[in-house]
Amino acid sequence: MNLRNAIVVVGLAGVALSAQAQDPNLARNLAATCANCHGTNGNSLGGMETLAGESQKKLLQKLDDFRTGEKPATIMHQIVKGYTPEQLDLITAWFAAQEAEGDEQDAE
Amino acid sequence: MLSRRDFLKSMGATAALGTVPGFANAAGNGARGHVVVIGGGYGGATAAKYLRMWSQGSVEVTLIERNASFVSCPISNLVIGGLKQIEDITVSYANLQSKWGVKLVTDEVTAIDADKRTVTTAKNGSIAYDRLVMSPGISFIPGAIEGLDGNEELVPHAWKAGPQTALLRKRLEDMPDGGVFAMHIPRAPFRCPPGPYERACLVANYLRQSKPKSKVLVLDANGEIQSKKGLFTKAFEGYGELLEYVPNSTLRAVDARTRTAELEFDTIEADVLNVLPPMRAGEIAIQAGLPLINDRWVDVDWLTLEAKGVAGVHVLGDALFPAPAMPKSGHMANQHGKLAAAAILNLLQGMAPNPTPVVMNTCYSFVDGKNVIHVASVHQFDAASGKPMPVDGAGGLSPSANELEAKAALAWAKNIWADMLA
Repeated sequence: MNLRNAIVVVGLAGVALSAQAQDPNLARNLAATCANCHGTNGNSLGGMETLAGESQKKLLQKLDDFRTGEKPATIMHQIVKGYTPEQLDLITAWFAAQEAEGDEQDAE
Repeated sequence: MLSRRDFLKSMGATAALGTVPGFANAAGNGARGHVVVIGGGYGGATAAKYLRMWSQGSVEVTLIERNASFVSCPISNLVIGGLKQIEDITVSYANLQSKWGVKLVTDEVTAIDADKRTVTTAKNGSIAYDRLVMSPGISFIPGAIEGLDGNEELVPHAWKAGPQTALLRKRLEDMPDGGVFAMHIPRAPFRCPPGPYERACLVANYLRQSKPKSKVLVLDANGEIQSKKGLFTKAFEGYGELLEYVPNSTLRAVDARTRTAELEFDTIEADVLNVLPPMRAGEIAIQAGLPLINDRWVDVDWLTLEAKGVAGVHVLGDALFPAPAMPKSGHMANQHGKLAAAAILNLLQGMAPNPTPVVMNTCYSFVDGKNVIHVASVHQFDAASGKPMPVDGAGGLSPSANELEAKAALAWAKNIWADMLA
């Protein structure tokens, strides 16, 4: 099952994307909701994966694997289900465009 | 009174455009103005940093905080349980100034004039703002428990991290083996729903190892455990007779000197008495006359976090009347800080706020020195109700307490403290 179908199955009642104009900084704002754990702009200080500079394809694949249970997780399988496919597209594209800082951000 | 221009001038070169290391080209994002942030906790410090970062330095930010450094409430139960030191949960505010160009003012706000857009401080006079962010945390409702007011040295709350945390730890260290540690949990809502139950576990964990004849008595005004109920019930069972959980235990009065708790139907003498008093929004929010719900929590517009009917005053964190299923947590306050920062930068440019904001929460609790449980949720703005609503089918709990999440909890702390302050 691909990511998009999975989301349709899970269902996100009441959070259908607004027809209103999208905020010009929507991707940045959405990505910032990940920064508590994954570091400002996706640069983790350790213990969580750095997202900055990762390819969008790889990030989307990981998220899909969390959603389906393919990749075991303590918490990400629950969090990923809170975002729409469009939001995950925006978030992953934004992190892919960030520069990773330093050498020591890999998950421990 | 210092005019805004004089004040900005007085902020000196560190905050001047182009000299802040984070901003290679300091053209900014078009937003201009001066934002004053009251309170450097999880909400306020995040808002201050993100306003500077996202405006690329074009918006001036002043953070007024009464304490010289940040001390975290999350992880503070590990200090009380003897697993961490107070230094481990203390972080400097210095980077906000040196790296992000936030003007730091260590002071107390005494008054707010939302019409004139000024705040008055105890030592630094009056400061003008274009937009105000208030992240005032919680305060304890005066007179709610007879005999408690003014006795926080004798009956520590340790529900604001800092000297109270160290004090409660000291009381536990001084307690004889065979002593009774009694804690009281007020009726919900209160800051950090799982926090009291985590504390009970970590105190029991310490006593089991160091003073095994002692007892932890959890006196809960609520009818049941308020967060992660099944997981905490299991953890409590693991402590056997060392820990007793007593629901529906409303505390009416204390005798601070004898550490006696008077419940509705019982009187308990404790060796260490830890009372979490009934809570409401931080003092300055009450004093400023912001609109309150139930006389306790600030009513806000969820697209901007502006207090209802008070233009230009944005309120964050535990002080808010929460949206459905939204916890009063440090993580959530950090998310509020980013939501408000984005909204303020739009408003300062004459743009509408983001119509589809998202916030999310994760909260880890230690049930002993090695095992942790979490709760998580994602909240999407719902235009029909005007509130962020928890997404059905998303979020959830740990299946059981586990060691893997203890690592995650500490990594969470390191990363969120950096997200606010580094």
